[in-house]
Amino acid sequence: MTVYLLCFALFLVGIYGIITKRDLVRIIISWGIMGYAVNLMFVLFGYKNGSIYPIFVKNAPVLPQTMVDPLPQALVLTSIVIELGNTAMLAALAVRLFQKYQTFDITKIRRLSG
Amino acid sequence: MILPFFIIIPLLTAFVITLISGERDDWAVILSIIVEISLLILSVFCFFRVDGTAVIYKMSNWKAPIGIILVADSLSIFMLIIVSFIALTSLIFSVHYIRHLSPSWNYYALFMLLVTGMNGVIATGDLFNMFVFVEITLFAAYALVAYGNRAEEFEASFKYAIMGSISSAFVLLGIGITYAMTSTLTLANIAEVLKQKDPMVSLWIGGIFLAGFGLKAAIMPFHAWLPDAHSSAPAPISAMLSGVLIKALGVYVLIRLFFNVLGGIAIFNEVFVILGTISILVGGFLAMGQWDFKRLLAYSSISQVGYIFLGIGLGTWLGILGAVFHLLNHAIFKSLLFYNAGSLETAFGTRDLRKMGNVAKALPVTSFTSMVASLSISGVPPFNGFFSKLIIIIAAIQAGRPIYAFLAAIGSLITLAYYMKVQRFGFHGKNILQVEKNAVSFGMNSAMIILAVLCLVTSLLIVPGIREATLDTIVAVIMNKTGYVSQILGRQ
Repeated sequence: MTVYLLCFALFLVGIYGIITKRDLVRIIISWGIMGYAVNLMFVLFGYKNGSIYPIFVKNAPVLPQTMVDPLPQALVLTSIVIELGNTAMLAALAVRLFQKYQTFDITKIRRLSG
Repeated sequence: MILPFFIIIPLLTAFVITLISGERDDWAVILSIIVEISLLILSVFCFFRVDGTAVIYKMSNWKAPIGIILVADSLSIFMLIIVSFIALTSLIFSVHYIRHLSPSWNYYALFMLLVTGMNGVIATGDLFNMFVFVEITLFAAYALVAYGNRAEEFEASFKYAIMGSISSAFVLLGIGITYAMTSTLTLANIAEVLKQKDPMVSLWIGGIFLAGFGLKAAIMPFHAWLPDAHSSAPAPISAMLSGVLIKALGVYVLIRLFFNVLGGIAIFNEVFVILGTISILVGGFLAMGQWDFKRLLAYSSISQVGYIFLGIGLGTWLGILGAVFHLLNHAIFKSLLFYNAGSLETAFGTRDLRKMGNVAKALPVTSFTSMVASLSISGVPPFNGFFSKLIIIIAAIQAGRPIYAFLAAIGSLITLAYYMKVQRFGFHGKNILQVEKNAVSFGMNSAMIILAVLCLVTSLLIVPGIREATLDTIVAVIMNKTGYVSQILGRQ
């Protein structure tokens, strides 16, 4: 249970960062932390204490009861790739914003209002 | 089976466009319009084939809990028709508008990705697959919002991207918890397993999904990104975002999850009703104070989506009928209003209502169609908006919630007020404006005329004989909470 709570704490750290930080790059990194927390939680959901990797090898029979659940790991791989794309997108936008406004500070980037 | 083609065709087109396009965008335009016409024909054809029972496609022929399935019932085909139709008119409108803004084939490739993602979200029957398609849609949407290359657009796009990313993290967390609790990711199997679990589990999962997808649907506490993103995007993209994206990613997914999977829990219906009513009023009041035409329309979207949520939350047959009908109507007239705004922007280079004036002489089609759209969205009788709002208000009274009916009627008056303002200042003002000929092309005009005609024609859907064949089949899918599950699991 402690692991899950720590994982959730990491998630909250990410949200805290997004809400309080004023620097675009720090916001992007905070979002990354949030994503890592969710991925970590996925892996934890599939983990069983004392079980082994979910790969069938020749001449060494592995029972399904003794291995970790492979599906969350597959999902995490997909979600990491999506996060990579998302981070690249956010970083590209941050670069373009810097070119337009000459700053990373979100309090100075407010041409839109209302 | 034609179901996977709704995803394959636009995805393939997106990549083909990048391969064949050179300096000019001619091939991209022709290809994407042909694709959208074929998707529209396919989806209309499907609607009459489905007829009450869900059609299931098993990817690579793996059975449902193991493989990914695509499901088409009346509700999802109805959404596919709306997406294809609005996308088609949006492309017709785009041709001249994008050449005027900054011509490139990139636009059409991204547009096709946007359509791919939305079709995927609608067609899939698997929770994680749905997440992947949501992300595809959002990537394309972020890029398209920033397409105009101005500082404000990057700002809006960044805001949208951060909010979208947070909501995606919540959705992913919800998917993780769902998987941990039910050991499956197929929607029908999740519903089956959750029945035997503690009701608290459903509440937790529902709460997280409400936060995640509510952000995408832009209901009131989660609305902050919408006015920026929708008003900064190019006009045809604003029409896509306001007209279909918030419905496909937000409303459709919430209906699917909360009615067909979680089984219509009373407390969430209550939440929908309250948030919907708050959205109607607050969105309306905020829209009233705007002078930027597209920003006003964006706030109006929040307000109108509130009506859809009010209808869904009532949970009665009539309420859901009104919500589904209003979903269709809002897609039509809000897209039309965004095209009007785009045409004014092309002609006069401004979105400020105070700088506009009497455009009836200069742009007769824009002026006339905007009148039609304003009347429909404010709920004036012969047009479609009147009937859907009336149904929702009557449903609220029948469900024993006269206060909500009263507030919805007040919201309708507010809508009328701010569209009067648009007509008064934007289209029939004092200063008479002149434009050169052909500022608004034939394509833009025809897109607006098609939608204006539909504003009147879709009122016919409420006529009893037609209603039974169209809207009632969709409501039946939503109301029959166990039907979705039993049809999918029974067909193994």
